[in-house]
Amino acid sequence: MNRIEKLFAQKKEGILNIFLTAGYPGLDDMPKLVKTLELAGVDMVEIGMPYSDPLADGETIQASSKIALENGMTLDILFEQIQELRPQVKLPIILMGYFNQVLQYGEHRFIETCKRVGVDGLILPDLPLIELERRYHRLFADAELPISLLVCPSTTEARIRQIEALSTGFIYLVADAATTGNAASINEQQLLYFKRIQAMKLTHPSLIGFGISDKNAFDQASQFAQGAIIGSAFIRAISGLAGEQLHQAAENFVQRII
Amino acid sequence: MIQLDEYGYYGKFGGAFVPEMLFSNVEELRKIYVDWIAEPDFQKEFQRLLRDYVGRPTPLFFAERLSEKYQTQIYLKREDLNHTGAHKINNTIGQILIAERLGKTRIIAETGAGQHGVATATVCALKGIRCIVYMGEVDILRQAPNVARMKMLGAEVRPAKSGSRTLKDATNEAIRDWIQNPDDTHYIIGSVVGPHPFPDMVARFQSVISLEMKKQLLEKTGKDYPDHLIACVGGGSNAAGAFYHYLNRKEVGLIAVEAAGEGIDSGKSAATSVLGTDGIIHGSRTLLMQTADGQIIEPHSISAGLDYPGIGPMHAHLIASGRAKAVAITDQEALQAGFELARLEGIIPALESAHAIAALDKLSFEKSEVVVINLSGRGDKDLETYMKFAPK
Ligand SMILES: Cc1ncc(COP(=O)(O)O)c(C=O)c1O
Repeated sequence: MNRIEKLFAQKKEGILNIFLTAGYPGLDDMPKLVKTLELAGVDMVEIGMPYSDPLADGETIQASSKIALENGMTLDILFEQIQELRPQVKLPIILMGYFNQVLQYGEHRFIETCKRVGVDGLILPDLPLIELERRYHRLFADAELPISLLVCPSTTEARIRQIEALSTGFIYLVADAATTGNAASINEQQLLYFKRIQAMKLTHPSLIGFGISDKNAFDQASQFAQGAIIGSAFIRAISGLAGEQLHQAAENFVQRII
Repeated sequence: MIQLDEYGYYGKFGGAFVPEMLFSNVEELRKIYVDWIAEPDFQKEFQRLLRDYVGRPTPLFFAERLSEKYQTQIYLKREDLNHTGAHKINNTIGQILIAERLGKTRIIAETGAGQHGVATATVCALKGIRCIVYMGEVDILRQAPNVARMKMLGAEVRPAKSGSRTLKDATNEAIRDWIQNPDDTHYIIGSVVGPHPFPDMVARFQSVISLEMKKQLLEKTGKDYPDHLIACVGGGSNAAGAFYHYLNRKEVGLIAVEAAGEGIDSGKSAATSVLGTDGIIHGSRTLLMQTADGQIIEPHSISAGLDYPGIGPMHAHLIASGRAKAVAITDQEALQAGFELARLEGIIPALESAHAIAALDKLSFEKSEVVVINLSGRGDKDLETYMKFAPK
């Protein structure tokens, strides 16, 4: 069993996955932040590989990516950081990024490096289902590197079944038609959507993300999925901080959620 | 054969690399666009608007003094004479008809030079549909007349403040807007870029350029094709339209003119076919300027419409396969060509189109050969830039 499967086997609800941008606020902050987050009770982390043109991300994550790139973050540095961090924490480490980053690194080299340094799974929002199916599914499957696919309100039932068949990680339920960080609280329409998905009894566990920002939204989301992913709200909470203050802010943030 | 496959690829370039949030919109378009465009009712309305509103067909003008200078037979396809001053409106007319049929009530667009923004604002005014145009902050400053035109036409111009604050970033913002407003909004993309089916749909709407050209050339020269066909390439829509009916006619030399900016090796360039490598930008696998890590490099061109780090997948394929030849023109060369055309033919070209004119200097032709330059737009929007560099 990989770390993702183990987590979902052990914990059926209230899973908190925190998104953080690698290289933000400072180039070397991510590893220590992950340790802080684990100690504070976070179940899983999703590490954003900063990208120059992050299409699916809202302003907050865009801005953090820009700073991370200015700080000098690269995939090689990130992989080194993860390799060093891996033995020091138990939680699953997921990488999130854009498919061009994988292509330029080289698909095979990217997958091999992920396995070598101990990445537990991938989220590549702009790798569409059809491309995954035609070219990449086998690669990820053979390497036993789970890939989590997105489902959003406009995804049809037939397509959700296809996504289920190709997803090897958890299902990422996009809370709303939104780029990250944009929704307010959960509304009627979203509740209907969550209920619709819940009624489909997916074979994979699912987490709800995009626009989940506080305890209230987290608790609500947890009723319909195994937990939720919080990104932009966390990035805002640590923005501009360093040293002890940074870790205190991260810890406080988690304590307000769980 | 230059042909699109069922997955939206020209050779290895194309596809639709969009997040799931955009899938249903892109898929909706993909399913209908070929059939709808072919429908007689659609064609009737499209042709009526191109004729009575846009002012098509645009003339094919024999440029006598320019021909004399370059010792060949040069014709200019006068897309600058379209309503709103560029080829961009051929596409916006087509897409607004699609949007209308889809029942969309809100239109978004990106713009670089502002020509596509103006063309979109124009068709939205014509149809009484709300219009929001994303434009890079840098471009808002350098193309002020077009910003004013969009506002007068009732569009809202939203500044793109990320990255290089030019066309690439405006496109990012438009895509983000579409992700957030999938139900009521249609995205009228301004070039043959973006996820499939946009490149092919835009190329089809722009193909009216080469359709007319065939007829006009036959009348004027006795054969329906030129020996050389030159067009500037930002994303590549005017070039796609000019090349369209000649793609599989080997006797026509296709020349795609890119912006070299301050020089290909200056670090301030937009010559994608030379500086670019295979990657993904705006949902399409194509050639783009990027670092080894896949970060997109901010381009530079004096011309806002060519200041883009990618090219459409069709052009990536044409160039990679050797079907089209790419020529890079610097800011200086384009400015000079703009003045040359003004003084020789009494036509002030858009800075984008001036790049195509400047390519004449880089190529050699037989005296009897027919050369067509697609004059994609007029230079009114660029007067301030031209005046800064005016010869004394
Ligand atoms: C007059 C003119 N020509 C060319 C272009 C470049 O676009 P494309 O390469 O899609 O024709 C623009 C874009 O703004 C333009 O305004």
